[in-house]
Formats: sequence, C-alpha cells, structure tokens
Amino acid sequence: MLDGPHPVLPPDLAAQAVRHGGRRLRLRRAAQRTAGWLLALVLVAFLVWVGVEQPWATEPAQVTPPLEGW
Amino acid sequence: MAERATHRDRLRALEFEAFVAGAGGRLLHTATLLTGEPSQPPGAYVRAEALLRAALTRTYADWDRLHGGDPYDRARRELALRFAREARRHQRPRGGVLDRLTPIERLVLVLRMYEEVGEEQTAALLGLPADRIRAVCARAVATLRAGGPRRGATGRGQASAAGPASAPGDRVTP
Repeated sequence: MLDGPHPVLPPDLAAQAVRHGGRRLRLRRAAQRTAGWLLALVLVAFLVWVGVEQPWATEPAQVTPPLEGW
Repeated sequence: MAERATHRDRLRALEFEAFVAGAGGRLLHTATLLTGEPSQPPGAYVRAEALLRAALTRTYADWDRLHGGDPYDRARRELALRFAREARRHQRPRGGVLDRLTPIERLVLVLRMYEEVGEEQTAALLGLPADRIRAVCARAVATLRAGGPRRGATGRGQASAAGPASAPGDRVTP
C-alpha cells in the first residue's frame, strides 16, 4: 500500500538545494572564520595585558597608610 | 586556496546532483507519505516538495561532514526530524494514503514500514523509548486496518472485530 509509483521530481530540486545549501555553507564558514579571528584577537589582547600589567607581581609593602588623629 | 575551494565545491555539487537524481524520487515519495498528500497528480504535493527542498538543502550543506556515511540516511534523517518539528502543521487530511493517521503515527509508520528503519534506530532518531515506537506503530496499523473498509468494501468482519478494540485507545493516548 505504501509502495506506489514515485512522484515526479521537480527538475530544479537539486540545483536549488545546491544554491541554498552552498549559501548556508559559505555563511557557516564565514561565521567560523570570524569566531576564530575573534578568539585569536582576544588571546593576543590578554597576552599583551598580562605582559604589561604583570598581575602576579605584588606591590612592595613599603608605603604605610598615613597616621592621623592622635 | 580559492581555486581549490571552488574545485571542491564543484565536486561536491556533482556528487550531490548524482545523489538526488538517484534517490530523489524515493525521498519525495517518503515526503508525500509523511505530509499525507497524494503522490499522483504532479502538482498535488507542494508541502512534500517544500519539506524535501529544505531537507536536501541541509544535506548539501552538511555534505562534507558525512565522512563516508550514507547520504540517503542523512537526508532521510533530516526529512524525518524536520517533519517532526513542524508536525502540527500537517494535521489536516489532504487526501493521501495515510491521511487518517496523526502526523506522528505517519512518521513512525513510514520510518518503520516503508523505510524499514529498525525499532531502536527509529527510537534513537526521534528521541522516544523503543516501546513507545512499537505502540505508536501498532496503533497506526490498527487504525489503517480498521479504517480500510471505508474505501474498499472487503474485510468487513475483520474490521468490526478490530475496530472497537483499537478505537478507544486511539483517542486517549496522545
């Protein structure tokens, strides 16, 4: 009952799928490329900040707070 | 780089067009069974065509990720999942073979009986437990058996035996 004659395939079906699917593919690749560049940029910015700021180095404790009110 | 990319694009398009030329008819038939549209007059299955277009577009976009897998499986999976997502839009009967069934019953029946996907694979594909798949499939078959004599005039006794037994269950379980 399920096995009838197959319906007629529209002639532009494959071409349209290639067109739309190709667009989707290009968009996906562009998004991946953008994400990669952004990640690299963030990494470089972080490394530069770390190099300049050196947040692991503690301030030398030479300055005492001012003594007032006695 | 760009040269190589276009070469790969062309190769992919060729492979894909060969695939559609070979398997498109069967996929479109599956789609008409799913949407419940008749497969005969060429303009009568607009929804099935739209469903297949969308599924094939996705199949093409994922073509490089197949890694030697079966493109037919991929396309069928895409078709089934897409149909399951928009099943509510396919509830009205449209004159097809299976339009007495609910969309989910149609989906399970087509996957199990027409496409001959295993019970476990169907369950995994749709994210349902396997015994639920079995139940839905049995219910679909029972509905078809019970409703059969409305069109042809044969098997009346069998239908009256199967009809009342299966009809209440059809209404209660969603």
